[in-house]
Amino acid sequence: MAYVDEFPTDARIIRWNLLVAFTALGIGGLFGMIQALHRTGVFRGFVSSADYYSVLTGHGVLLALFFTIFALCGLFTWGVTRSLDRPLPSVRFSMTWFGLMFVGALMASVTILGGLVPSMPFNADVLYTFYAPMQAHPAFYLGLVFFIVGTWLAGFDWFRTYWRWRGDNPDERIPLQTFMVLVTMLMWYISSAGVAVEVLFFLLPWSLGIIESVDPLLTRTLFWYFGHPVVYFWLMPAYFIWYTVLPKLAGGRLFSDPLARVVFVLFLLLSTPVGFHHQYTDPGIPEGFKFIAMTNTMFLLLPSFLTAFTVVASIEHGARQRGGEGRLGWLRKLPWDEPAFAGCALAGLMFAAGGFSGIINAGMNINYLVHNTLWVPGHFHLTVGTASALTFMAIGYWLFPQITGKRLRFRSIATVQPYVWFVGMTLMSNAMHRAGLAGIPRRTAEPQYDAVTFQGVVGGVSEMRLQIALGGVFLFLGLMLFLIVIFGTWLGGSSNDSLRVNGTIPTPLSGPEHSPKILDNLKLWTAIALVLIVLAYGLPLSAMVADGLFAPGSPPIPV
Amino acid sequence: MEIHRYEKIWTAAALLLIVGLIATVTYGALGPGVTMVDDSGGTIDAGSLGETEFGDPGVSQVGENQYEVYVVARQFLFQPGTTSPIRVPANSEVTFYITSADVVHGFEVAGTNINVMAVPGQVAEITVRFDEPAQYGIVCHEYCGAGHHTMAGQLVVVPEDEYDTEGS
Repeated sequence: MAYVDEFPTDARIIRWNLLVAFTALGIGGLFGMIQALHRTGVFRGFVSSADYYSVLTGHGVLLALFFTIFALCGLFTWGVTRSLDRPLPSVRFSMTWFGLMFVGALMASVTILGGLVPSMPFNADVLYTFYAPMQAHPAFYLGLVFFIVGTWLAGFDWFRTYWRWRGDNPDERIPLQTFMVLVTMLMWYISSAGVAVEVLFFLLPWSLGIIESVDPLLTRTLFWYFGHPVVYFWLMPAYFIWYTVLPKLAGGRLFSDPLARVVFVLFLLLSTPVGFHHQYTDPGIPEGFKFIAMTNTMFLLLPSFLTAFTVVASIEHGARQRGGEGRLGWLRKLPWDEPAFAGCALAGLMFAAGGFSGIINAGMNINYLVHNTLWVPGHFHLTVGTASALTFMAIGYWLFPQITGKRLRFRSIATVQPYVWFVGMTLMSNAMHRAGLAGIPRRTAEPQYDAVTFQGVVGGVSEMRLQIALGGVFLFLGLMLFLIVIFGTWLGGSSNDSLRVNGTIPTPLSGPEHSPKILDNLKLWTAIALVLIVLAYGLPLSAMVADGLFAPGSPPIPV
Repeated sequence: MEIHRYEKIWTAAALLLIVGLIATVTYGALGPGVTMVDDSGGTIDAGSLGETEFGDPGVSQVGENQYEVYVVARQFLFQPGTTSPIRVPANSEVTFYITSADVVHGFEVAGTNINVMAVPGQVAEITVRFDEPAQYGIVCHEYCGAGHHTMAGQLVVVPEDEYDTEGS
């Protein structure tokens, strides 16, 4: 029986979330291609260089917040209901959080797009980081508040489904998928509190004229308190898929359930007390606290290294079940023509490359070389732009038939799509990294100056531009292919065909019974996470507010 | 809890790499002396820079081979830097004090490791050495408004013997 037959209401909630996610992906992706062509100078006919920043804001907010988090809500709703084998308790409540998130996202998006229409009295050309004292229209901040509160309610929905299950199953271990969802949401509650304080207590009242000034460094610090954990909020749904579904797609089963739990607990502990690594080159923050953030960041590599091991081991196990042999020969036995598998595997491969460029970013003094250069978007297009985005697309090929009851259409398009994305990202990202080493800045409509010449360390600047533009076009093409398959299946598929996929997930080689019960003690891990945050942030934050919450203050500067 | 032998080896290697990475950065700080910009520059009222050293920003000599440069970043220029280049002599130690008069800007000297944020209300203080004569571009690398992409400047390191005669 397909998921949609078992949980028709929850399937509908998942479909709504994924519909919004993939629509945001389509619009944000189009913006991305426009930027790639514009900033390289290949084609500047879409927008003026002043309007480039509205497009850039839309690209960041629609993709990094709305696409990723709506996709997360769809995947987590699926994972909780599937692994607990019970529906969410109340459809009205579920539609409330979805509706709140949607209204918030719509408000913020319309405000951003207002920047492209001169007759519109509102805009939010403040980019995804909305650093004060650049000020957006209050509707932008209010939309973000609605959106974030919606995610909190979504988390509550999953928690209470779990509590009800716990009432019926007092002695069982938390099923792995639900464990991952709950731990991720605990991290999210802790970290999104930072951006909630920033927006609710500072930016929103300031944009409405209720308070006169805000402290740019304090609001920036609150943003980055949230801004690094949010990257794990993008990534952990991908890990959730790599651990629980990818082994099955490879023909095997998860190598170790206990290690998967350890990895998620480590993310809960270490994701937040690292935000200063985005502020290595900021004045006003003592060097010692930058060092603490760096140390935590480096240890945050550990769960990703463990993941690399477990995921590769699980895939290898799958390949050997399929008759794979030899030290590397087993790779040939993997189902590279299955888009769900190929997409997840290629996403994981690119994430390894992105992880290594992230290590460079994390090195405190090395960061001087790459901070705010094109290196940084080169890095995160491998992580959120591929590890998360390509995984969400790939799993869509597997999940959509199950939540719609329709067999996947345009299979041949789906089969090539992950490879188109992979090639596009290889072109774009390698050139962005190298351009960053040459000092070419990010977030700029025209990185060509009379007064400045950039010396390429490896390769020439014009060759990099060409690769970035070409890569951007490939990525947009890959995105269109994906949307054709998904919306074609959804709108045009027939419910009469039997599905080729099923949602059964084989038990791990080493199951939860091998792991200490303390791993499931969520209160303990939350408490330790909070202690680490106090150590990392307590003193610098109190120093920032010691001279007044709003000082040194800046009045709003509309852009 | 069962952990496979390969997994133990892998975990140990990962931890070794992590500790090694932290060690390289620590060495960079203690050995070559690459320090991070911190809170040493203090805070400032971005609305009344005129009453501070930033009221008349520019280069001044403070020791035999030591110079101070005050730079104000504002939409969409560096003062000094954009309309006239920042000029310092070769073989000098230069301390930059950088702040912003309006929104957040960036101060990146392309091709070097001079790379700091200019945050309103804060003064960034960084000390660097210029050994050889050279000409560098300065780029604002933080989005600061519709004219952000026009915000750039120059830094010129002139030969030591030419510097005094120019009387800059």
